[in-house]
Amino acid sequence: MMKNDAVVAVRDLVVQRGRVRAIRDLSFESAPGQVTGLLGPSGCGKSTLMRAIVGVQVLTGGSVEVLGLPAGHRRLRDRVGYVTQAPSVYDDLTVAENLRFFARVLGVAASEADRCLEAVDLGARRGHVVSRLSGGQRSRVSLAVALLGTPDVLVLDEPTVGLDPVLRRDLWEMFHRLAGAGTCVLVSSHVMDEAERCDRLLLMREGALLADETPEALLARTHTDDVESAFLSLVDTAPQGVAA
Amino acid sequence: MSPRITLAVAARVLTQLRRDHRTMAMLVVLPCLVLTLLWWMFEGSAGGAGGFDTLGPPLLALIPFVVMFLVTSVTTLRERSSGTLERLLAMPTGKGDFLSGYALAFGLVAAVQSVLAVALCHWVLGLDVAGPVSMLVVVAVVDAVLGTALGLLVSAFARTEFQAVQFMPALVIPQILLCGLFVPREAMPRVLEAVSDVLPLSYAVDAMTSVSSMTGSGFGGVDAGVWTDIVVVLTFAVAGLALGAATLRRRTA
Repeated sequence: MMKNDAVVAVRDLVVQRGRVRAIRDLSFESAPGQVTGLLGPSGCGKSTLMRAIVGVQVLTGGSVEVLGLPAGHRRLRDRVGYVTQAPSVYDDLTVAENLRFFARVLGVAASEADRCLEAVDLGARRGHVVSRLSGGQRSRVSLAVALLGTPDVLVLDEPTVGLDPVLRRDLWEMFHRLAGAGTCVLVSSHVMDEAERCDRLLLMREGALLADETPEALLARTHTDDVESAFLSLVDTAPQGVAA
Repeated sequence: MSPRITLAVAARVLTQLRRDHRTMAMLVVLPCLVLTLLWWMFEGSAGGAGGFDTLGPPLLALIPFVVMFLVTSVTTLRERSSGTLERLLAMPTGKGDFLSGYALAFGLVAAVQSVLAVALCHWVLGLDVAGPVSMLVVVAVVDAVLGTALGLLVSAFARTEFQAVQFMPALVIPQILLCGLFVPREAMPRVLEAVSDVLPLSYAVDAMTSVSSMTGSGFGGVDAGVWTDIVVVLTFAVAGLALGAATLRRRTA
């Protein structure tokens, strides 16, 4: 096996979900200290790919390695932070109770819970029961749980959906700050304008990668001014069969 | 398995229950109300004397089982469908931590519930108990753990809370019919008796009835048969938890 310092290494991945081939032969590697954006329309396989990286998805073929171990390995369970699209927190507990519970499960100090709440700007809501919060606030509670213990890899499935622009900007700044400190951050979005905030882009459509490069390189290659146009131009020139 | 995580899960489940006043009332107050109703019905009716002494003990066995079955099946289903179970299993949580956390939390609630129900029956409503009163509580807690174990298991086969509640009539009511409450088990048609012999609730009710109707020379001042019944019920509970563990998947398709 080739030895390198890739944090996430996906090789020839195939995932079949029911009758749908969610991922068809996909490979990429991602380095530490980068914010990688996984962009593509709804239903293109982004979430399935993220589930495969976290190790909760049954694979049909290929392999996924994280930090040199098979995805989902026991030793990765406190090193990979994962946020699903629907917030996975307890509705009937307060914000602080949720964070303290997951902190105990991970075995990190209770002060970590406070730090992560501040990081997603929810310090003022710590005593509120989650079910009374807005959708955006709930997803931030879920994000705060993923930040506990500063994992080496952060896998975030559409963490900025429905958030106000100021908060969205703050979160992207936080993702870059974390990446600057060495974390490998993988963020998915179906909003193409978020692509420009990434160090590197994976454009996905129908379970396959259309592009894997920096936003600048992508725009230069497709002679376009924004990622949305680049995406369209790639779909138009894609080989037949992929888009069938 | 890690004691830290097991205790964290148990403490969290108890915090959730504390928040939910209506469920708390169902767990603690409702059993007492039902038993008082039973007592009133028999004591207040002509020719009803002695009925409470006969039916009280089986109900003390039934109530913790039914209540814990319901509450556990719905709570764990919620945990499966909200994604929190997947998140916990992607963290260092073992399946055993998750299951024992739940069993521990509901076992504690069952202990509180049973102490209250038994105290009410014995000291307020005058239930005749031949064996040691504390053994009634032991049997009730074991029954509650059985309810928790089966509730955890069936939650794997339901997609919605509505479907989970439907397991009540499917799995619980037949057991209530065949546990010897209505017709003594020995007097049933042989096929039904055989079915009754493999249903856990039959042993739960037998144990409770034996404790209240006779003393014994076995450990704890009860008949040795009570301990056999308790072991059978606990075996079903452990089997339910083990099967339940098999339905908790870290990876799904």
